[in-house]
Amino acid sequence: MKTNDVILQTTANIVFFIIFLFSIHIFFAGHYAPGGGFVGGLLTSSAIVLLLLAYDLKTISTALPINYVVMTAIGLLIAITTAAASIMFNMPFFTHAYDYYDLPLLGKQSLHSAMAFDLGVYLVVVGVTMTIIQTIGADD
Amino acid sequence: MEFVFILFIPMILAMIIPIFYKKIPGIHTGWVVLIAPVVLFIYYCTYVPSISVGQTFTSQFNWIPSLDIAVVSYLDGLSLLFSLLITGIGTLVVFYSIFYLDRTREKLHLFYVYLLLFMTAMLGVVQSDHMITLYMFWELTSISSFLLIGYWYKRERSRYGALKSMMITVFGGLMMFAAFLMLAEIGGTYSIRELIANANGMIESQLYLWALFLLLLGAFTKSAQFPFYIWLPDAMEAPTPVSAYLHSATMVKAGLYLVARFTPIFAFSEYWVWTVTSVGLFTMLWASFFAVKQTDLKGILAFSTVSQLGLIMSLLGAASFAFHVENPAETIFKYAAFAAIFHLINHATFKGSLFMVAGIIDHEAGTRDIRKLGGLMSVMPISFTIAFIGTFSMAGIPPFNGFLSKEMFLTSILSIQEFSSFSMNQYFYLFLAIAWIGSIFTFVYSMYFVFHTFIGKRHQDLLPKQPHEAPIGMLIAPAILAVLVVVIFFIPNIIGDTFIKPAVIAIQPFLYTSPEEVPIHVAAWHGFKMEFWLTVGVIAIGFILFKLIPKWRRVYELVPDSVSLNAMYNLIMAFFETGVNKISSSYMRGSIRHYLHYMFYGFIVLVIGTLFLTNAFVLDITKLSPIHLYEVILILVLFAGTLTILLAKSRLTSIIALGAVGYTVALFFVIFKAPDLALTQLVIETVSVALFLLAFYHLPKLNRHEKRIRFRIHNAIVAFGVGVTVTLVALAAQSQKFVSSISSYYKETVYKEAGGENMVNVILVDYRGFDTLFEIAVLAIASLGIIGMIKLRLTKKKGEKPVENK
Repeated sequence: MKTNDVILQTTANIVFFIIFLFSIHIFFAGHYAPGGGFVGGLLTSSAIVLLLLAYDLKTISTALPINYVVMTAIGLLIAITTAAASIMFNMPFFTHAYDYYDLPLLGKQSLHSAMAFDLGVYLVVVGVTMTIIQTIGADD
Repeated sequence: MEFVFILFIPMILAMIIPIFYKKIPGIHTGWVVLIAPVVLFIYYCTYVPSISVGQTFTSQFNWIPSLDIAVVSYLDGLSLLFSLLITGIGTLVVFYSIFYLDRTREKLHLFYVYLLLFMTAMLGVVQSDHMITLYMFWELTSISSFLLIGYWYKRERSRYGALKSMMITVFGGLMMFAAFLMLAEIGGTYSIRELIANANGMIESQLYLWALFLLLLGAFTKSAQFPFYIWLPDAMEAPTPVSAYLHSATMVKAGLYLVARFTPIFAFSEYWVWTVTSVGLFTMLWASFFAVKQTDLKGILAFSTVSQLGLIMSLLGAASFAFHVENPAETIFKYAAFAAIFHLINHATFKGSLFMVAGIIDHEAGTRDIRKLGGLMSVMPISFTIAFIGTFSMAGIPPFNGFLSKEMFLTSILSIQEFSSFSMNQYFYLFLAIAWIGSIFTFVYSMYFVFHTFIGKRHQDLLPKQPHEAPIGMLIAPAILAVLVVVIFFIPNIIGDTFIKPAVIAIQPFLYTSPEEVPIHVAAWHGFKMEFWLTVGVIAIGFILFKLIPKWRRVYELVPDSVSLNAMYNLIMAFFETGVNKISSSYMRGSIRHYLHYMFYGFIVLVIGTLFLTNAFVLDITKLSPIHLYEVILILVLFAGTLTILLAKSRLTSIIALGAVGYTVALFFVIFKAPDLALTQLVIETVSVALFLLAFYHLPKLNRHEKRIRFRIHNAIVAFGVGVTVTLVALAAQSQKFVSSISSYYKETVYKEAGGENMVNVILVDYRGFDTLFEIAVLAIASLGIIGMIKLRLTKKKGEKPVENK
């Protein structure tokens, strides 16, 4: 069935970026305000789902040529590496580190190793949801 | 850097091997792998000078401090010796495998990843001072050897062998774990060193004997002692480098290591002395006898390994006698521990080279069946020389190192005569006979191995290939080992002083405190003593038996295969398999609805039952918070939504109503000040409704025939039950608070300790980061599962069989 959803597609194109940017904001805000890797990841995948609804699987997989299984693997790897890194400093597994820095323009900002772990969570969540949607969606 | 990290080098290297294999296919991956054992070997060699004078080293990092679990690396004579064996033989084996495994046809990355994992695991076993980490590494050796044995997983025999070895060694490992827990209970510490220091009083505990036997189960299964040896011959399905490494030099010796390491703790008990000695001796006799029955070259070597491990085990048993005599340093028992370690080194050298030769024959002649082989000496002179040195050393003939340790073995067995406690001396002649006959058969199978393969007539028609000498690279590793066999014979005391004596202290710490005190000097010639005449007898009778093999071979057919230990193992496995199948097929009916019913009923019964049995249900109305009008409205919306789902005629309405319920719950989260949860809930609702709509087309029409009254009553009961249970629990939990809420703790500490302000997120990534890590791992596995299910179903549809083992 061929459909011609001009309005939906045009809207989706714009809304996608809005949701995506919002998801990144949510992700970074995580440590101090509501948000984090899990919600951020879900929001990103919901943005992609929106595209999927407006177009179809094939178009999106050429527009966003991402192997979501690899993405999941990378996310897991980042998470585990972050957790294991503390061993190198003779600290127990999963000890996080953080500090505050004065950056030009941005002012006092914090850098936190939990961020890296959260990035892993983010990637896994996007990877997993999109893998599931893609495989089930591609299955006739 | 702390040297405890050094042992993880192979594991870290294993992570980059697959990438290397893919990106640079022109070079044999083995060359990169070789780095790990070489570097480690050199590294551990630097410890030799200080350890040979009696120093020890420890290094640790706290892994899980709250549970008092640390990875402690402890280097003393015993663990250094094993570490050198693991890395030294490891170097040779990897080098050999570069020529043995074809890089174009084999999945080298898998092979080397497993091998490197195994190396770390093995180093961890011998260096761990903490029993929990020792157990962890111990099981890691079981798992990596399972993967290595099953490396050619398309062969049924490989899979069978891999499973068998894993079943038996993991069973033993679990028993050993129980022993560790008991020991920690008795001694109050997980550190082996501390246990040894306080070993004296431990025998009074009731758990002591249990721990002793459970620990021995672990050691015996790993070291393939009778009756657990049955996995080792089947493990020969692994590629030959693996056999040479795991099944001659390293993994099977882990059991010996365990016995040696725990001797100072358990040797106070006569059960230990008896069990270790007699099981070892019997295994030696049994396996040496059945080695002659084998027709596969690697089969002979496997049985020979079992037999030699038995020999070393019995020596360790004899070494424990020294704990029960007045002046052990003056008695002849002083030899036993030394002989055990000495033979362990010798066995690693000659058996390693023999396995590699067996691999060469397989590679160049195309078969390992000894009935087809013969007369290879003329075409493979170098391999013959190596095999000759190896087998003659194994048979205990000078001038090879096996002779020296064999003589010391006989000396130790003879010394049992002097031992009067436990009425051991009454059984002396039995012990001696077993040891002697075992040695004779050792001689027989050694000769059988070398002469039936290399001497005699060549049956070219039986061989799949035209045999010729192996490429030089393949010969280097076994040749180095063969040279060592000879060299050790001529310099036994240098080896003894630098490597063996420090290890002996670890086994008998109450007798000696420094290596110089170990009063042993190895001599090739020690006069016309009893040992000498026994050896002469071994050679004479062994030679006659070897010549007459065709005549007496028929005795093996007297016992049918159906009563063997293997048959018993198969029976037990089959019994469990059918039993488990029956049980699981009785409730695994394939209907999700059924499973949900089981779960919900279980939940209701357990929770309501607990509430009633413990009288836990208390309703305190005063503690309930007031209900506002807008909350009432939201609840009504929830009700309406739920009812709509139930009563809707079309699926679309149900889905939308479900979404409405979800959003309302999100609103509740907002009201109760949980913005994170609300946010997540909102996104999840959106995505899941979208997902539903995606799958919507493919769903069958709502089945109206499911309106049968019984079905609906059933569902109503479950739904009502679960609802009531949850409500009761919530009310009860709200009404009685014994401890103050944990949230205040988080409020106070999140910023101070974790540097974050959003409590939920800090808990997720920091306080309970472990949970999150496992959760995302589960998610990833689930997504892989979905891929698998859908892909498998697709291939079936096309009329193909699902691809096995991919």
